[in-house]
Amino acid sequence: MEMLRTENLRFQYEYEEEAPTLVLDDLNLTIEEGSFVALLGHNGSGKSTLAKHFNAIQLPTGGRVLVRDMDTADESLCLKIRQTVGMVLQNPDNQLVSTIVEEDVAFGPENLGIPPAEIAQRVTDALQLVGMEAYRDHAPHKLSGGQKQRVAIAGILAMQPDCLVLDEPTAMLDPQGRKEVLETVRRLNRERGMTVVLITHYMEEAAQADRVVVMDDGHILRDGTPKEVFACVEELRAVALDVPQPTELCHLLRKAGIDLPSDVLTVEECVDALLKYKGVGE
Amino acid sequence: MLTDITIGQFFPGNSLLHRLDPRIKLVLTLFYIVLVFVPQNWLGLLIAVAFLIVALACSRLPARLILRSLKPTVPIILLTAIINLFYVAGDVLWSWWIFTITYQGVTTAVFIAIRLLCLIAGSSLLTYTTSPTTLTDAMERLLKPLKWLHINIHELAMMMTIALRFIPTLIEETDQIMSAQKARGADMESGGLMQRVRALVPVLIPLFVSAFRRAIDLAMAMECRCYHGGKGRTRMKQLHMQARDYMSLAVAALVLAGIILLNIYIPATI
Repeated sequence: MEMLRTENLRFQYEYEEEAPTLVLDDLNLTIEEGSFVALLGHNGSGKSTLAKHFNAIQLPTGGRVLVRDMDTADESLCLKIRQTVGMVLQNPDNQLVSTIVEEDVAFGPENLGIPPAEIAQRVTDALQLVGMEAYRDHAPHKLSGGQKQRVAIAGILAMQPDCLVLDEPTAMLDPQGRKEVLETVRRLNRERGMTVVLITHYMEEAAQADRVVVMDDGHILRDGTPKEVFACVEELRAVALDVPQPTELCHLLRKAGIDLPSDVLTVEECVDALLKYKGVGE
Repeated sequence: MLTDITIGQFFPGNSLLHRLDPRIKLVLTLFYIVLVFVPQNWLGLLIAVAFLIVALACSRLPARLILRSLKPTVPIILLTAIINLFYVAGDVLWSWWIFTITYQGVTTAVFIAIRLLCLIAGSSLLTYTTSPTTLTDAMERLLKPLKWLHINIHELAMMMTIALRFIPTLIEETDQIMSAQKARGADMESGGLMQRVRALVPVLIPLFVSAFRRAIDLAMAMECRCYHGGKGRTRMKQLHMQARDYMSLAVAALVLAGIILLNIYIPATI
């Protein structure tokens, strides 16, 4: 079943004096339920704008966006859509509303008018899912970046969405926080069947997705499995994107005349490929 | 220095005072502010002080915390006391040039200083034992009748919650910006008043820009979480008045009655 679909999606910012700039240009994308999609693209490629279309924060200039067949342009469906597609933003500090973790997580369900007893249950569940139940009574500003971002994710989970859109959730975090957040997201996808759309600058994170979509200048440039997409090293370079380090190493070695596969993503795969080349192992 | 600001600070706990209904705590605090100004004799004041000490004991907070909240107010209290010391007429104890200290002056000064200390300690006890969100929630509920005047209480309460939430964040950011400017050679600690005020401009401008950016982000995050005003909103924490809430109101009323009786039967000291 499909979770999100864009049909000929066009979006432009209207300025009074300047010519309108087209941010999204005739974009068609379908995201299946339960999949883990990484969305890549350099700054200004339109990936954040696309993400904001998924939960009706921004509305299309042309074309349609459908969330489970609900048109985001229909105002009466707005709350239902935002409840279905939860969005986590880059800066964890700016997403937390309350001075107590549990009260912050309760904010979403409170807005939806859920009965109090059920809110308390949802808050407990959501905090458990992100591994933050021990911090229930803490003040968010005293937590680490990774913990704050996990609380922000719990705040979205408490609305019981079917899809999670994360707009560079790890960009402001240290390596430890990045690991915590990514593990949480992967677990939600694997164990809960949550559809995940992850926008990221880190190629190692994108390599863990089922599907990678590369955007450039409002278009979709590449769409496929991480192995397929990262094999096009030169093409990604042309749009100012990196590839995971092991992929790059193999690519350079291949250019130097060493016969290695082009679909290496992780360090382990790289080691295996090199051992195989040397005739060791197996 | 900026981290000393304790406004709206809350110390989580599970004492009787922490568990008291926030509406009752708010009413009791207002009640206590009145109560402190009623006594006109030492015995009455002693009762007001004793009431505070009992409340403090019920909060199970370290006394050190309360003392810390009093520290910044010492200059104001001293000033008030000194003015009273010199300006109350009565039996002269000591006199030099234009300064005269009277027996009544000393009494009034001490009396007023104790009153002010009680006032501040009593009201800081409210924020120490009540989370800001609960407090604004209580205000929202207490001020509900104002809806008749077409005042949107929910929005006011929301604004207050958010303001309290962002105090520590913005303080931290101010510290960062100041350090960054100092690292580039900005001088904020010397020169006259005007020079120092001018030195603050490069701190305030980035702070404001960033605050607006945060506001845009927060508004979007709130929309993502289905915020659409107070309509149809429920609360996780329901407020229920319990026996202890009525009891504490009754005790406070008794104390006030006692102080008023003492005022009637004992001659006033001030």
